[in-house]
Amino acid sequence: MEPIFAILVGIFFAVAVYLLLSKYIIRVLLGVAILGNAVNLVIFASGRILRDVPPVIGAGLDISTVQTANPLPQALILTAIVISFSFFSFLLVLSWRAYRVLETDNTDEMRVAEPDGEAPPPLRY
Amino acid sequence: MDVMALTFLALLLPFLGALAAPGLTRMLGHNAAWLLALFPAAIFLHFTGFSAEISSGDIVTGGYQWVPSLDVRFSWLIDGLSLTFALLISGIGTLVVLYAGGYLKGHPDQGRFLAFLMLFMGAMLGLVVSDSFLMLFVYWELTSITSFLLIGFDHTRQAARRAALQALVVTGGGGLFLLAGLLLIWGITGVSQFSELSAFAAQIKSNPLYLAALLLVLGGALTKSAQFPFHMWLPNAMEAPTPVSAYLHSATMVKAGVYLLMRLNPTLGGTPEWQTLLPLFGGATLIIGALLAVRQTDLKMMLAYTTMSSLGLLVLLTGFGSPHALEAAVLYLVAHALFKGALFMVAGIIDHEAGTRDIRKLGGLRRAMPITFAAALIAALSMAGLPPFFGFLAKEEIYYAVGRFDGWSIAFATIAIIGNALMFAVAFAVAFKPFLGPVVKTPKSAHEGPALLWIGPSVLALKGLAIAVLAGLTHQLISTPMASAIAGEMRRVDIALVPHLGVPLALSALTVALGVLAYRFLDRLRDLIAGILADIGWGPDRGFDQAMRGLIGFSHGLTRRLQTGRLDTYMTVTFVAVAVVLLATPLWFGELPRPPVFPNDVPWHELAIMGIAVIGLITVVLAKDRLTAIVSLGIQGFAVAVIFLLYGAPDLAFTQFMVETLVVVILALVMTRLRLSPSDRRPFRQTLPDAAIALVCGLGLCLLLMAVTQAPFDTTLSDFFNLHSKVIAHGANVVNVIIVDFRGTDTLGEIAVVMIAALAILSLVRLRAGSLVRMADNDPDVDPDAAQDVREAGR
Amino acid sequence: MLMFSIFVLLRGHNEPGGGFIGGLIAVAALAIHGITNGVETVRRAIVFHPLAIAGAGLLLSTVAGLISIVLRVPFMTGIWVEPSILGEPVPLSSVMLFDIGVYLVVVGALTGVVLALEERGED
Repeated sequence: MEPIFAILVGIFFAVAVYLLLSKYIIRVLLGVAILGNAVNLVIFASGRILRDVPPVIGAGLDISTVQTANPLPQALILTAIVISFSFFSFLLVLSWRAYRVLETDNTDEMRVAEPDGEAPPPLRY
Repeated sequence: MDVMALTFLALLLPFLGALAAPGLTRMLGHNAAWLLALFPAAIFLHFTGFSAEISSGDIVTGGYQWVPSLDVRFSWLIDGLSLTFALLISGIGTLVVLYAGGYLKGHPDQGRFLAFLMLFMGAMLGLVVSDSFLMLFVYWELTSITSFLLIGFDHTRQAARRAALQALVVTGGGGLFLLAGLLLIWGITGVSQFSELSAFAAQIKSNPLYLAALLLVLGGALTKSAQFPFHMWLPNAMEAPTPVSAYLHSATMVKAGVYLLMRLNPTLGGTPEWQTLLPLFGGATLIIGALLAVRQTDLKMMLAYTTMSSLGLLVLLTGFGSPHALEAAVLYLVAHALFKGALFMVAGIIDHEAGTRDIRKLGGLRRAMPITFAAALIAALSMAGLPPFFGFLAKEEIYYAVGRFDGWSIAFATIAIIGNALMFAVAFAVAFKPFLGPVVKTPKSAHEGPALLWIGPSVLALKGLAIAVLAGLTHQLISTPMASAIAGEMRRVDIALVPHLGVPLALSALTVALGVLAYRFLDRLRDLIAGILADIGWGPDRGFDQAMRGLIGFSHGLTRRLQTGRLDTYMTVTFVAVAVVLLATPLWFGELPRPPVFPNDVPWHELAIMGIAVIGLITVVLAKDRLTAIVSLGIQGFAVAVIFLLYGAPDLAFTQFMVETLVVVILALVMTRLRLSPSDRRPFRQTLPDAAIALVCGLGLCLLLMAVTQAPFDTTLSDFFNLHSKVIAHGANVVNVIIVDFRGTDTLGEIAVVMIAALAILSLVRLRAGSLVRMADNDPDVDPDAAQDVREAGR
Repeated sequence: MLMFSIFVLLRGHNEPGGGFIGGLIAVAALAIHGITNGVETVRRAIVFHPLAIAGAGLLLSTVAGLISIVLRVPFMTGIWVEPSILGEPVPLSSVMLFDIGVYLVVVGALTGVVLALEERGED
């Protein structure tokens, strides 16, 4: 099963990178969202894929008797999803604010902090 | 307490004094100087206690482990050389603290000044007693930094700031050379203590890296001791208040370079390189310094340039290599510290009381300031090298050293005579011109300063007389041990005040004659040198400005190249690096995965869901309008959720469903309302490399994951959680137990992150950008520069 | 839907569920409620400012962790008590308290964000 996952992850990652390389902020945002999924899948797959038994210990048992899915990557991914969602929202609002202020969604035109052709600072002591 | 702890305390004491200084000054005003002077006085007494031991030829070492794993110790070495320096530093330090108390009386920042001064004292003291290389380096740079603070004390003036920066750049930069040199020596010999170094002298000198080590060490020593062409910081440092000039820039800090050369003389000295480089640099500095001193009319500047020239003389003598040269260096070093310190203080008093330091505007002060005049006179006689002062002894010994009849010696004897004659003239110009002659009207009506001011120069001047009269005792306690320490073998200094006929005396007489001549025609000489300098028109000082300007231009250009301000450039560079790391490393180490074995029995619905995810992804990339892209994003997200569900992760699946819902909702809410560029318009020549980078990255991660999953799996952690979840944590849902119990602290941090992100988002949303937003909204064609102007205007 | 989210939260310990998921379900519920009925309705419905809820949650989680300090065991050690309510044993624990804190943070913070964006979108 893992090789199929690896290919899937490769596709996710390639798409995310392609979007991130865009000049337009909204594409970059989509890229970030997909990148999150790609990374989650990587964690999931590197914890090995053991089919469909969720890691829940049956009633009345102290230790699971059947082999379940690996719980550790799941716990990591669960928090990662929430964090990356917060992060994504922040980026979204940031770019929205940047758009409102600068009237552009092209990152090349966002040059308030670093204007083109700035002269070197003068020598001062 | 034993001697070791006491010595450690003595080394710590100036820093404690620095801590106490601001508070004491606030309580007691300028009289705090009396109390603060007790700190260096105590140190002086402590080090005097070593003199019996040292003069009998012993060496005192001690210290504590600092970084044992790297064999770095906080350790000190007290021999004749460091003892003399320590006594000079603490002795003159006592007087300078008193002097500073009077000089800066009523200054609002006097406490700060005294604190800096004490800090410097601690650094300098540590420097000269350091045994370990790294400790020396730390103290070395500390003196540079405290000197920076002291020179820039009057930080509201640009000249002071420039001088401070210059001193820091030159001496601090030199310190880095020194560090490299010391590390090189450490590498060659394997020892990091000066006390163990002399045994390796032959090994170092025969090493092919000897010249490199020598040049690096010289890079440190020559910058610190203001040797030509690194001298420009020293005269500029006269921007500092006079106590600083008297202390740092004549008696102590500038001698650190000389100290280092003397300290390393047994190890590095005696080679042809040593005996060529040092006299050349020293001789050039001696003669240039003396000529530049004559050109000045400002008392402090005259003294500064003669200091430079004296340092040149010391370097020359240290490297000269003839008998008596080291002894001469020792005597001259002590004499110079005494008379130059005194003369600087005198210059400060004149400035303080008369209101000017310009020698052409001063005259006839002898009646108004008799004590100062007396001190100046004694110090100047010593500087001029007349009997019965210590300077005379030094001069005699110098001429013993260089007065020989081979070409090399004659050349340097000539230089020494000219330099000394010019210094003679300057000494008398400083000591006589302001005091003798008709009374000249000065900006302030001059009168004798308070005791705090004149104590210092008087004591120093008298000491110059006393140690000459008691020459036998001086030699026994100071000169002989110090010269022996420098030479690395027993050297006996026995020159006496009574002159005896011979070459040295004749050379002395020649010097005096020339000096008197130069003094008579000082004005004409000054004009002559000024004319020559104007013709040259360029000096290291201007070179410093050019270098700094070049540095700014270079760093600006470099920043522009590396940080273009274009996000896609950064991204491209980043992902190219990622691609290289992902693909190149496994190729390099031969860790590519084995050809994968695809299972045959994958149910069709699982493949279908993956196919849906891929279709979603492709649609996102190809989408012509935003809404399609957003919806496709949702599709791939939900597909991932279903994948989680299929492979035993219902919790993840639920979370993913919810998050994807929210992402799509928010994106649709925000983005559909903006007039964004409709699609990802990339020109073809950009699409191709972007796609290539993306594909390589994807391939790299794919291979990496294959390799990872082919490795044997360590299930220890997962087994632990499975085993203990129910038993210890009473939870059957292992995932949730991990989140809230086993890894609870982690989760606490994560929810804090969520909270902070929410706060940041809310503030960004609620932000009323005020005029900026309105202006920008009104003018859609606003260009970035104008937007910046608007922002600045809005402040 | 809110009820369902709390149910998910509480059963989380033994069945699939938990604070993060429960919180997200609640957020989704509130967000949809906001789109259909207007943000003001939602703000009235949840009484407190969303960030106040989130802050309370963070505090609750921290306190849940700190309880263990009183009992001289390491930070975040789970403490279980089983008081009898109406004769029926109800297992309560600091861990559950912690999970409720997580739930509140997620609900508060994300609801705050979503509502703010919805409001902003309207003008």
